[in-house]
Amino acid sequence: MERLFKFVYKYRAFFTFLLLQLFCAWLVVENNQYQSTRYFNSSNRIAANIISTSQNIREYFALRDINTELAGENATLRKQLDERNQLIEEYGLSQLKNAVIINRFEYISAKVINNSTNQYKNFITINKGAAQGLTPGMAVISQQGAIGKVKSVSDQHAVLISLLNIDDHVSSKIKRTGHFGTIQWDGTDPRLIDLRYIPRHVNPAVGDTIVTSGYNAVFPEAILIGIIKDVKLSEESPFYQIKVELAQDFSKLAFVEVVKSNLRAEQDSLEVTTKGIQR
Amino acid sequence: MSKSGVIHFFLFFVYALAQVLLLKNLVLFNTAFCFLYVVFILLLPVETNNLLLMLIGFLLGFTIDIFYDSLGLHAMALVAVGYVRNYWLGVITPQGGYDSGVTPTLASNGLQWFLIYSIPLLFFHHTILFFVEAAGFSRFGFTLLKVIMSLLFTLSVVLILQYFSIERRR
Repeated sequence: MERLFKFVYKYRAFFTFLLLQLFCAWLVVENNQYQSTRYFNSSNRIAANIISTSQNIREYFALRDINTELAGENATLRKQLDERNQLIEEYGLSQLKNAVIINRFEYISAKVINNSTNQYKNFITINKGAAQGLTPGMAVISQQGAIGKVKSVSDQHAVLISLLNIDDHVSSKIKRTGHFGTIQWDGTDPRLIDLRYIPRHVNPAVGDTIVTSGYNAVFPEAILIGIIKDVKLSEESPFYQIKVELAQDFSKLAFVEVVKSNLRAEQDSLEVTTKGIQR
Repeated sequence: MSKSGVIHFFLFFVYALAQVLLLKNLVLFNTAFCFLYVVFILLLPVETNNLLLMLIGFLLGFTIDIFYDSLGLHAMALVAVGYVRNYWLGVITPQGGYDSGVTPTLASNGLQWFLIYSIPLLFFHHTILFFVEAAGFSRFGFTLLKVIMSLLFTLSVVLILQYFSIERRR
């Protein structure tokens, strides 16, 4: 026993090294789990306050761009509202209102305080959290398109998994043909994302619009993701290799909207019961 | 705590804040990162204990990780550097050995020695960091490109800062 202690003491540096590395490895693995660690990320109070302050200073220099973008968004929304109102008038639909369907989604506006686009696993920190009703799993979109989903929330802040994360998959479809595939980033170019599992018999073309499919209840249906930039089909592959140009420039992200789906619990529980019957 | 201990205590926060507020946003060509905080471990006094190096490495890496949302990743790479550093210092001891209390800087041992000292350690750090982040070797080419570009970028910044600190001492 004494010799064992002496042995451990003699190589204490190596054993400490081993112990720390194992602990780090455990942290890495733990952090890769969806909806994991709550406290040791950029949504914890001290870290978020430091980042917030720094972002406030930086934002001052981007105000002009942000204002232009928001004004543009306002104009688009006003136009859409007018069109919708005209339709309602024309067809006399103003009586037909299903409150449950209309209030299916709520949108919570949030400011991006921390963002990266160059790592393999990119995350975004926003300034809304559990106090505003955010929970892990909610979808996040911007005026330009899909952004990601909420990974973990603290009281006042939340960390999102960006679409630019090699672990993130989003069910999506080609708007023109209606075929489903999966969106996943390959970790290289932050402007391009891969569309996978589109089978050979489909004819995707450069310029086709890719939108979310609404099959996973995270994203609402038909949120824009991007436009096909490049289509490849190798001889032996059962699927196309498609590069999609993202609609949202992730390096210029300033404001996002968190989508709170009020019917999500219903859809989820229905799907769970259905799966239960099949087995 | 000695005078040098107090200075290093403050430097810890300077390196950490510089990394997460400034250098995190500074990425060239989408591949070249500047991980200046590694230098904090490299520039601790020569006789610093292995255990202490690893412990400081862990704390610094963990702090960086909180802001990068990559828990454990930077800590892992920096602990490894802390473990290897003293062995590497032993291998490349200049003729006549190190003076007591000296820090392994460019000023104390010259440019050639400093390059031999820092390049392998930075390469080691970046390799662990990027390959663990990529979770394997499936993106080997691009990850290696990131390692090399980041090495060049970090090394340039380190050398510039080293030359600045020589000027100051004279």
